[in-house]
Amino acid sequence: MSSVISISKLAKHYEVPEREAGLKAAAMGLIKRRYKTVKAVDGISFEIQPGEVVGFLGPNGAGKTTTLKMLSGLLHPTSGSTSVLGFEPAKRSHDFLRQITLVMGNRNQLSWDLPALDSFDLQRAIYSIPMDEFKRTRDEFIELLELKELVQKPIRNLSLGERMKMEIVGALLHKPKILFLDEPTLGLDVTMQKRIRTFVAEYNKRYGATVLLTSHYMADVEALCKRVVVIHHGRLLFDGELSALVEKFSAFKTVGFTINNASVDWTQYGEVISTDGARMVLRVPKEKTSAITTRLLNDLAVEDLTVEAAPIEDVIESVFAVKEETME
Amino acid sequence: MKRYFDYYRATMKLSVLEQLQYPVANYFYMIGMIAEPVIYMVVWSAVARQQGGMVGGYTPGAFAAYYIVWTLVRNMNIVFTPYGWEWRIREGQLSMSLLRPIHPLHGDVAYFAGWKVVVILLWLPLAFVLSLIFKPELNPTLLQGVVFFFAIWMAYLIRTMTLSLLGMVTFWTTRVSALFELYFAAELILSGRLVPLSLMPDWVQKLAWFFPFRWAFGFPIEALVGNMSTSDLLTGLGMQLAWILFGVISVSLIWKVAIRRFSAVGG
Repeated sequence: MSSVISISKLAKHYEVPEREAGLKAAAMGLIKRRYKTVKAVDGISFEIQPGEVVGFLGPNGAGKTTTLKMLSGLLHPTSGSTSVLGFEPAKRSHDFLRQITLVMGNRNQLSWDLPALDSFDLQRAIYSIPMDEFKRTRDEFIELLELKELVQKPIRNLSLGERMKMEIVGALLHKPKILFLDEPTLGLDVTMQKRIRTFVAEYNKRYGATVLLTSHYMADVEALCKRVVVIHHGRLLFDGELSALVEKFSAFKTVGFTINNASVDWTQYGEVISTDGARMVLRVPKEKTSAITTRLLNDLAVEDLTVEAAPIEDVIESVFAVKEETME
Repeated sequence: MKRYFDYYRATMKLSVLEQLQYPVANYFYMIGMIAEPVIYMVVWSAVARQQGGMVGGYTPGAFAAYYIVWTLVRNMNIVFTPYGWEWRIREGQLSMSLLRPIHPLHGDVAYFAGWKVVVILLWLPLAFVLSLIFKPELNPTLLQGVVFFFAIWMAYLIRTMTLSLLGMVTFWTTRVSALFELYFAAELILSGRLVPLSLMPDWVQKLAWFFPFRWAFGFPIEALVGNMSTSDLLTGLGMQLAWILFGVISVSLIWKVAIRRFSAVGG
């Protein structure tokens, strides 16, 4: 199967003026400006197949949004090549733009003062969607996201989560084949995050759309993405299945159990993560898990013992920590 | 073509709906805006009376006609400003526009054209009240009326293009307010906004011919209230068309270069 997104040695460098603090440095800056090259994206390559949902992960400033902007045609790459649906995004051909969408959690495109229905009609005109198809799609999305009671209220009267759902409907009315989602659940409560995740999954299933998603909420990634691409300082750190990432970078497992009336030095078993009444959770080195659980069962009267992989947040954190050391 | 028509219709409709959300605020805005021409009108009418009832061919009634029409042309002149360009780039709003399969300038033209529909409706009672107070001398011919109708919309397009060109400077550098102020100062003097151009020195009138300001402001007013010949009226429309074409071509060329510099700041 040929890939729908293909990038090769993609780079985006910025020349940023810099100077020391103070009046003297400011005066010198008038005569000669000093520039520093910031490598926001520094030669990354990957391919995405049709219908894939890929998590694009990295800490703040890693280059995720810059990459999404290059893939959606907002930014011209400094070097490297990009192909999305066979188009070169930077040319921003109308045929290309009709088949993609970029949803940014902190950006609005719907009219603040009007009900979303009015803005949806503008989306129809922008993308030349036939009226019948527009109404069908609009009503389908409204139902999926349970927005029927809200579409007649001005956007300014909606909560953040409700607004985000409206933005997503507006961004998908033209049924794009490629979705670039940049922190779509940013600032939303858990329920709203879950609703949006379910909707994205349903859209992907119904229309076979390809999704590239950035999110700092690992629940989004775990729920939607089988595959993840991890970048840091503009460079690719990992590209593969989420489970492989956990396997590769998780140095610990968590062992939970219930124990009554025990006065034990837990440090001989592992690091205490939490205690809740008689329930304890320890973090133990992955390679020593079976030995430690055996000791716990032999030494103490523990019940309900469970062993779980480390939370994905911890894994990602350890990925960045490890690579930070090797990249400095 | 049908696609663009539909887009313009939908955007203008959205704009009208937005303006109708705040009719009182819009009215206060317009009332605030007429303070400037009313001051000009009172001052020049007083000067005319002191000069024996006329100055530079303008009677108090002619000044009233000039400045009442001025209020409509001024509203037609309101477009997306260079400051707006600065804001849309800084706040990342341009990114959202660039994702659409239609040039952002179409959005600007259509949105403000919709706004004009509301403005004209709100202007009519204001013009009526001003007419009752200042008693304008206004007897346009049918040809003048027709030319005026086209001239105010072409003026709108000229100013949209010139201010877009100015606004696009923000692709190269931020904090360009000083440049904008310089432009607006030149516009004030050479457009006929401060005073009818025929009252200005001869060299100013000649200079004004070569800049877009007159064609975006003074010409539509003169077309309706002045005594221009048919030839002058048609020449004026021709000059407006030429400036629109110049603007469209310049905007297209500069846009291609500017957009490569766009660094999608602010998200």
